[in-house]
Amino acid sequence: MGSTSLIPPSTGMPHVPEPDLLQVLTPEGHRRPDHDLDPWLEDVTPAMLTSLHRDMTLIRRIDTECTHLQRQGELALWPPLLGQEAAQAGSAVAMQDDDYVFPSYRENGVAYLRGVDPLGLVRLWRGATFAGWKPQDHNFAAQQIIIGAQALHAVGYAMGITRDGADAAAIGYFGDGATSQGDVNEAMVFAASFHAPVVFFCQNNHWAISEPVGLQAKRHIADRPWGFGIPAMRVDGNDVLAVMAATRRALERARNSGGPTFIEAVTYRMGPHTTADDPTRYRDAEEVEAWRAKDPIDRLEKHLAELGEDVEALTADSTAAADAMAAELRAGVAALADPEPADLFDHVYAEPHHELERQREHYRLYLEQFDGPQLEAGVR
Amino acid sequence: MTGAAAENLTFGKAINAGLRAALADDPAVLLMGEDIGQLGGVFRITDGLQDEFGEDRVVDTPLAESGIMGTAVGLAYRGYRPVVEIQFDGFVYPSFDQIVSQVAKLHHRTHGAVTMPITIRIPFGGGIGSPEHHSESPEAYFVHTAGLRVVSPSTPQEGFDLIRAAVASNDPVVYLEPKRRYHDKAPVDLTAPLRPLGPAALAAQGSDVTLVTYGPLVKTCLQAAEAAAADGASLEVIDLRSLSPIDFGLIESSVRKTGRLVIAHEASRTGGLGAEIAATVTERCFHWLEHPPVRVTGFDIPYPPAKLEHHHVPDLDRILDGVDRALGRPNSLDSLDPFAAPVPLGSTSDHTSGA
Repeated sequence: MGSTSLIPPSTGMPHVPEPDLLQVLTPEGHRRPDHDLDPWLEDVTPAMLTSLHRDMTLIRRIDTECTHLQRQGELALWPPLLGQEAAQAGSAVAMQDDDYVFPSYRENGVAYLRGVDPLGLVRLWRGATFAGWKPQDHNFAAQQIIIGAQALHAVGYAMGITRDGADAAAIGYFGDGATSQGDVNEAMVFAASFHAPVVFFCQNNHWAISEPVGLQAKRHIADRPWGFGIPAMRVDGNDVLAVMAATRRALERARNSGGPTFIEAVTYRMGPHTTADDPTRYRDAEEVEAWRAKDPIDRLEKHLAELGEDVEALTADSTAAADAMAAELRAGVAALADPEPADLFDHVYAEPHHELERQREHYRLYLEQFDGPQLEAGVR
Repeated sequence: MTGAAAENLTFGKAINAGLRAALADDPAVLLMGEDIGQLGGVFRITDGLQDEFGEDRVVDTPLAESGIMGTAVGLAYRGYRPVVEIQFDGFVYPSFDQIVSQVAKLHHRTHGAVTMPITIRIPFGGGIGSPEHHSESPEAYFVHTAGLRVVSPSTPQEGFDLIRAAVASNDPVVYLEPKRRYHDKAPVDLTAPLRPLGPAALAAQGSDVTLVTYGPLVKTCLQAAEAAAADGASLEVIDLRSLSPIDFGLIESSVRKTGRLVIAHEASRTGGLGAEIAATVTERCFHWLEHPPVRVTGFDIPYPPAKLEHHHVPDLDRILDGVDRALGRPNSLDSLDPFAAPVPLGSTSDHTSGA
């Protein structure tokens, strides 16, 4: 970060980024040079940009569809990521299969790009399960609701990668609020001490429910890791190319025994914290509108247009794919079976536990008195 | 148990031998904690293990208990079996969130896809004249947490056997070491086969009263049984060994024989293991009981300064006083009228309860 100099905007680029904010795509869709990030973007082609556009469109559609499903009573709750599509897609596409992701609860876009079935996300937020996927199938951990706890898991996993001599990295996602947690700070201590191949990916979306980022940090969040001995980058989180480049750079550094890196992706939570939240109680509409002008998908479309791509056609294409996926998701929700009472007791322990088996058996006998879901005798 | 292979070892050395065996048996086993490397831990339980197995298997960590526990979770995600040392009982609380919300729940959360074979070693209990936070008995917090197993050995042999069983378990295990017994010496069979975690032990056979205890008080209760025998009372002492789950089968068989139950522990009374055991035995053995279960425990107070701890930690005489109560013999609470009307909360004297 310290080495990043502010590059003067060229003519016709009214947006001047903040000092030290890494950006390669302006909100107007212009590509600007950046000597830190450009080396990580040499393989970018119009086809890759089109693919990123499609990813972000699908992620946004999953998100809005799930918000609708919650409003219609199909989901108990949903944590929208609207506005954070570039931060999630840009970082997710930078990963390799062997890299391991430790998400919070809002990384539904990352989950999708790691191959998690959207229906798995839906099952979770419907209240049917706490994990709608098998972590090892996607190298994507169970979602984490305790704020910041997963940062330590990412570091521990990364310590294991080092021990195994594996060519991989761990990446832990959290928000601006989590940077106040002891666990995130302890994670940075451990990562630095053990030179762990880990990337801390902080989506600074400006709001921790109702608390503005200024309550968590008096300086840029990306200033903090330096004190732990961890280099940090502050990137425009609504710029999918900047995010992808920064994440590639950090992951590659981790894989090459360079140790931990911290990325602050500066973005904005356009929606509520969850569907149970009402942001009109604590923030101004003007602020939201100002961020709408920096929309990550619009930005990429403008850039594609500037490159001479047929944006109308590719948008129609992405939208058609999103429509199909949303229809499938909606049909899948309608077909979802409720979990069985056995799920209450299964896997609480990995090995037999006679007292829990006794409670299970007593509840089985209780349920037997009624019509409705039953427990099988014995333990699964 | 005391065959040709038995060596005379202190409790601490027996645990050390168990850790050595676990490290040698399975390359996935790692030790993590504060000062466990060259120092060998403040109680020397890991003495020599870093020299033998290397710095990357016996890992000195930064001084952050949540950090230790949280990174252990990440290592378990990657297939490791971390054995974490918490330096003292009262230092475990910074890691409480990781233990309760992550270690205990991840196997269930992931429908069995991710196991958490983490052993959490905690020297616990009082009686060594320590400052605040160095003498606590936090077992009830962990026993109350679904997903955890909790064990406490009471002899050097159990120290060796249980640490190996704990590390071999695919469930997370809180392993509570009775620190004031670290220097007790006894023959330990280092070739003993790996045994299951759960069963309680009949530490002494008897016929008049069942005395249930664990960890540091097992020795005290055995002394109490000897003293009681001289007074004509035969105590059956049960060493729980596993505090979660509790081997109620053994307790129930004993109580059906004796009709009387005394539970002794150092931890505070309210919501403690004594309450759980008394309630469960009452539910399951009501028709065999000749007297309400009696608890002899620490008070519901913060662990006191060293000069006062002998008042708080149940000793032989307080345990025998409880035994006398269960037997209907003269005891310290005889002056209280068991048939006195209950006193409503908020009135001036509501201290008349006593089992």
